[in-house]
Amino acid sequence: MKQPYGAMLFADAAHKVGHSPFPMPAATLSQAYVNPLGMRLGQCTFCGFCDKFGCGNYAKSSPQTCVLPALMRFPNFSVRTESEVLRINLDSTGRRATSVTYIDTSGEEWEQPGDLILLCAFSFFNVELMLHSKIGTPYDPRTGQGVVGRNYAYQTVSGVNIIFKDKILNPFIAAGASGMMVDDYNGDNFDHSNLGFVGGGYMGATQTGARPISTRPVPVGTAKWGSEWKKATAETYRKALTLAVHGSCYSYRDCFLDLDPTYKDRFGRPLMRMTFDFHNNELKMSDYLTNCLADIARAMKPTEIAVDPRKGPYTVTIYQSTHNTGGTAMGTDPTTSVVNRYCQSWDVSNVFIPGGASVFPQNHGYNPTDTVGALAFWTANAITTEYLKSPGPLVQA
Amino acid sequence: MTCARSLWMRVAALVTALLITRAAAAADLQSFETVARGRYLAVAADCAACHTKPGGKLFAGGVALDTPFGTLVGPNITPDSNAGIGAWTDDEFVAALHDGRGRGGIRLFPAMPYPAYTKMTRGDALAIRAYLQTVEPVPDKIEPDQLPFPLSIRLNMAVWNALNFKPGRLKPDPSKPAEWNRGRYLVDALGHCGTCHTPKTSLGADNDSSYLQGAVLQGWFAPNITADSRKGIGGWSVDQLVSYLKTGVNVDAIATGGMTEEIVHSSSKMTDDDLKAIAVYLKSLVPERESVSAALAASDPRMVAGQAIYKDNCAACHTDAGTGTSGLFARLAGSHTVQSDDPTTLIRVVLKGSRGAGTAGAPTAPAMPSFGWRLTDAQVASVLTYTRNSWGNAASRISANQVNSIKARLASSSN
Repeated sequence: MKQPYGAMLFADAAHKVGHSPFPMPAATLSQAYVNPLGMRLGQCTFCGFCDKFGCGNYAKSSPQTCVLPALMRFPNFSVRTESEVLRINLDSTGRRATSVTYIDTSGEEWEQPGDLILLCAFSFFNVELMLHSKIGTPYDPRTGQGVVGRNYAYQTVSGVNIIFKDKILNPFIAAGASGMMVDDYNGDNFDHSNLGFVGGGYMGATQTGARPISTRPVPVGTAKWGSEWKKATAETYRKALTLAVHGSCYSYRDCFLDLDPTYKDRFGRPLMRMTFDFHNNELKMSDYLTNCLADIARAMKPTEIAVDPRKGPYTVTIYQSTHNTGGTAMGTDPTTSVVNRYCQSWDVSNVFIPGGASVFPQNHGYNPTDTVGALAFWTANAITTEYLKSPGPLVQA
Repeated sequence: MTCARSLWMRVAALVTALLITRAAAAADLQSFETVARGRYLAVAADCAACHTKPGGKLFAGGVALDTPFGTLVGPNITPDSNAGIGAWTDDEFVAALHDGRGRGGIRLFPAMPYPAYTKMTRGDALAIRAYLQTVEPVPDKIEPDQLPFPLSIRLNMAVWNALNFKPGRLKPDPSKPAEWNRGRYLVDALGHCGTCHTPKTSLGADNDSSYLQGAVLQGWFAPNITADSRKGIGGWSVDQLVSYLKTGVNVDAIATGGMTEEIVHSSSKMTDDDLKAIAVYLKSLVPERESVSAALAASDPRMVAGQAIYKDNCAACHTDAGTGTSGLFARLAGSHTVQSDDPTTLIRVVLKGSRGAGTAGAPTAPAMPSFGWRLTDAQVASVLTYTRNSWGNAASRISANQVNSIKARLASSSN
């Protein structure tokens, strides 16, 4: 991928400060490509509408671009759009799944039988389906017993905003994962002596665009509205850049997902409830890494810099990250995990959760998608080479 | 002398071969080979296009065809003895294909392409019949004739046939290679390409003097598929034509409109040899005179406006040089659709967008979005005038009125 101007300025500065910046890995096409399924992908045009939107250039490696049209040609493939699975149904022993019940837009419920059921929803919904289907024991934070909903973690994201006087960055030129990053403060890549925390994260110039309305940087102290604000917005828009830290988040006993005792969803089922706050370890980590990022930012010689480490308490009202993990954690012990190393339910062996981020036991210092994809291949391989030959638990508890 | 004698011997051999083939066919219409051949021929003749509703049962009919004269519905041709054609004799079936006469002699409307199928060999017609007898019988009655009176009177077709219909099998041209003859047979008899690609007279018959030179139907312009290098397929190699027919895309083009259905249901399932034969035949249809056009000057105000609109709306996919992306975004430079005299398809695609064909060889079926909601008629006219006269292209300018009339036609049509 070519790099936007702001990312190159960051990389130069990071080099000067002694780091090793490199292009962020991106599942975005730098040139036209035909994949092994015959699917054709186009070249990214850096339109800046990658996250939150589909790609009109067929340049984003999403399932509908890379896989689904090829899959739909198989006579034994069918898909129910605009339908939602409500629960997985078990046989009388509770040890085997027999079908799923789903609802369509007319409100009608259908039962789809299956020998093998794969939960491939977003991580929250995987957890919710396990709870509604009563597969595995729900986690109880008072006793520490139970597993479903355990190990929930968020991502610790923070930023450094900079404004230049004379550099036109045109930050709207960007892709969903374009940018230069530094990985020198991730995991054990740096010395944690006397820092008072564990974990870390990656950092860099990873701004995915500067879409109208949502992007309106102004210098600190600018009026919040009116003609002064408008003037500052117009002057600053092309000269501002956000640098970010995507940091790890450990799982804690008091952070979990469960079914709400009060509130119901539109089907009358209990809503799923998230109980979460940042802990000191994450806030210390964020403070340290955000200031390390600020050192690089200062080397970019901006006219203004605003350092914004993550502060507690957690609030749901400000978007920080989509990267929620855990709730159906993978592990070696059925008393502390929901699935085994092949993403197979300990309790109902014909249910797999092949790679949802819900199987992560912790939120590590990288975005989850690559690991999710790898686990999907890992699980598919275990199913086709082992499970289908002899259905049953692939790991003995 | 030698030549004449050898020709005579070849004809005699051919007659003998035909007699043997016919006897063998009559003897064994149930054979797997005949049924399998009939299945392939039914694909090449694209029977399903009119006789299988999308999502419906195979050959149970019900596809509505909009003709300039009114609506006709493809009938049930499954072997059901009441609703389908199971009770027909072989000769009745062959008469439908060869003479446009249904059971009991009733006259078919030429939406059934019997003016093309009349060119099919009796052996091939019988093989199709043998295959059709093997599909699931469906008891749904279909009334094909939904034309307004007096067009609905089938006897009218006696007059139409007398004026327009030339019954008779296609005679191979012994001066041409077998591949060329096979190609012509596939194009003219089975594939009935002229049904869409040859302009029609006011009576709806093929205008033979403009054979395969392009025609408007169902809100699309089925392009010129002769070898004219600007307006036809002359700029494509045999391999590019084969790729287009097999996968719906080639290095330059993405199929649109009715051709996507043809590719998905018919040509993508044909053998490479047959597709190559079609390509060789079409490439041989070289016009006596190549069409010529002078490009508008880049300084023309509409070209200047068009270039700016193109840059903002089109270049992200089709590129500044009009090269597109192979198999994904159509190449506009040199495109015969872009430069065609009749801009129906061009205007329509900009106004409504389009989707390509999804095939085994190219499953993506790339789509172009609609621009009708964000460009004015004058803007569409300017940007098309620009694309028709840039990168070596040359064609007449498009007016806002042309855009408006296509828009009105699209709004009032189900196509």
